[in-house]
Amino acid sequence: MNIHEYQAKQLFLNYAIPVPVGKQAITPESAEQVANELGGDGWVVKAQVHAGGRGKVGGVKLAKSPAEVAEFAKGMFGTRLVTNQTGAEGLPINSVLIEKTYPIKRELYLCVLVDRASQRIIFIASRAGGMDIETVAHETPEKIISVPVHPASGLQGYQCRKVAYALGLKGSQIKVLGKIMQGLYDLFLAKDASQIEINPLIETDSGELMALDAKINFDDNAVEAHPDIKAMKDADQEDEKENKAQQFGLNYITLEGNIGCMVNGAGLAMATMDLVKLKGGLPANFLDVGGGTSVEKVCEAFKLILSDHSVKAVLVNIFGGIVQCDIIAAGILAAVEQVHVAVPVVVRLEGTNAEQGRALLTNTGLNLYAADDLAHAAEQVVALAKEAA
Amino acid sequence: MSILIDKDTKVICQGFTGKQGTFHSRQALDYGTKLVGGVTPERGGETHLGLPVFNTVQDAINDTGATASVIYVPPFYAADAILEAVDAGIKLIVCITEGIPILQMLRVKAAMEGTGALLIGPNCPGVITPGACKIGIMPGHIHLPGSIGIVSRSGTLTYESVHQTTAQGLGQSTCVGIGGDPIHGMNFVDVLSRFQDDEQTKGIVMVGEIGGGEEEDAAEYIKAHVTKPVVAYIAGQTAPPGKRMGHAGAIVTGGKGTAEGKVAALKAAGIEVVSSPTDIGVAMKGCF
Repeated sequence: MNIHEYQAKQLFLNYAIPVPVGKQAITPESAEQVANELGGDGWVVKAQVHAGGRGKVGGVKLAKSPAEVAEFAKGMFGTRLVTNQTGAEGLPINSVLIEKTYPIKRELYLCVLVDRASQRIIFIASRAGGMDIETVAHETPEKIISVPVHPASGLQGYQCRKVAYALGLKGSQIKVLGKIMQGLYDLFLAKDASQIEINPLIETDSGELMALDAKINFDDNAVEAHPDIKAMKDADQEDEKENKAQQFGLNYITLEGNIGCMVNGAGLAMATMDLVKLKGGLPANFLDVGGGTSVEKVCEAFKLILSDHSVKAVLVNIFGGIVQCDIIAAGILAAVEQVHVAVPVVVRLEGTNAEQGRALLTNTGLNLYAADDLAHAAEQVVALAKEAA
Repeated sequence: MSILIDKDTKVICQGFTGKQGTFHSRQALDYGTKLVGGVTPERGGETHLGLPVFNTVQDAINDTGATASVIYVPPFYAADAILEAVDAGIKLIVCITEGIPILQMLRVKAAMEGTGALLIGPNCPGVITPGACKIGIMPGHIHLPGSIGIVSRSGTLTYESVHQTTAQGLGQSTCVGIGGDPIHGMNFVDVLSRFQDDEQTKGIVMVGEIGGGEEEDAAEYIKAHVTKPVVAYIAGQTAPPGKRMGHAGAIVTGGKGTAEGKVAALKAAGIEVVSSPTDIGVAMKGCF
């Protein structure tokens, strides 16, 4: 789960991690008021969307007066910001963060995440802040330092000092960075984060360290244990269909093609998408209906797939393990009738009671094709989608 | 011989009296698994499915001599269940549970270091040696005792591989679903090394997916140590970056963990990689 920058910075403050003085606003008037309250002679207006790359596309603007703050905010509200991380539709700007500006001496990078390979929480830091860290890792790996933390010992002082020296910090900054890292580690553990990234962590002209940006991802498996975090969820920033799927316990991801896919199991769902592509088609979605598939779930899955109007044909791929194929076939029949499916549906059933299931789906008078194997099913659905397109 | 389990493996079930535990324990008993009891705290002394229920894993081991345990407890209790099994001396722990918070698994893995216990999963279908012992949620009847070792991160793709190797008449020695979570127990290399040493196993099917770097590690390992034919398939070639594809571990981040990268690593190691999931069985058959 993702949250907004202003929410992440609020969490930072709770863990004594320094951030610029600022406040969120949801109207141009309140944005101007915030600028007046903050005082000073320069402000930054930052569009609050769940994506990076905002600065390059007008999502971050420097204002010289409170009136200009209001003007920039007005230009952002109600629009959708398209960055290199959002996809073509972009994300809606419903709020902005207004902050005082600071003279920046250096931009650094600091991140803490779960590293799969070492099976540890690790800190990653670099002097090359403000840049895409993947680019830095690729082009100048020597500029990156990483520090793994053992869960039994927790974060130690020497590890913080190691990072501080690598970042070229001096004097009292060493201790400040240690506090920032400890705050990040405590926040990470307390709220079940999966990644916290500060890019950039700035050093001001006066030597202060401050998180100029803040990005936190939380472990979806643990969000239920943290009602405060769950309350920060902003459904507007997420795909409508993906949100709806979650309510019904379905795993759905929107893609760009025109062949709807309904599959049981995440691995088989990915493999089915790949197979559609291999046969010359393009999948419209990833959809895992899960193990215990019911008629209700199949109906909801069909509704979701068909709510994407680019879908020209649907491929259902079920490997009936514990669940019996004839029961699934009955569910598909009910769903196709209830939901009024107008596009052709190719069904591949394999496993327990597959033959009985296929028998149920033949000669129904509906636009249903029972395929006898997966490769043929994929070829057939690609051909049908091409006919309809 | 098979790997990890055989017809004599004594198994207990943690979360025995729950809905999932009950359903799958019944299936395991029907398959012939030597399930010898189960654990549900505060239900010790009862009988369930004709088997004794114990309060603790230690009680269950003392009474039955079990060496393996399968876990069906809810996600927020699963870490506790795994560590109880480790502490009591269970040698093989199979955790089916999906949705365990990653930080809990980090602590579990650190606590397991040096204990010698093996963990399969979590978020996996389990392990089966056809005709001998089934520990997990896989449908028993699609399997055929035979010569192919199967290791996979995905449940349904394991079934798909089983189905195809059964259809080709090859059958399976042991099938291990290592699970779809980013932090998990046994990895590809742990299983591959056992298949290499196992006489019954003549060929290996390896099914990977996007996310992490374990397929790349496996490629290196196979190149250096595995002499048996290996057929690999990698799922998720069409998956968009930054999106979790159902499995918590199936995500491409920062250009790492892509299907292309994994396929290239496997091919560079001289491993046959099929581009269609429907070609696994045929390709394996072609190796003999």
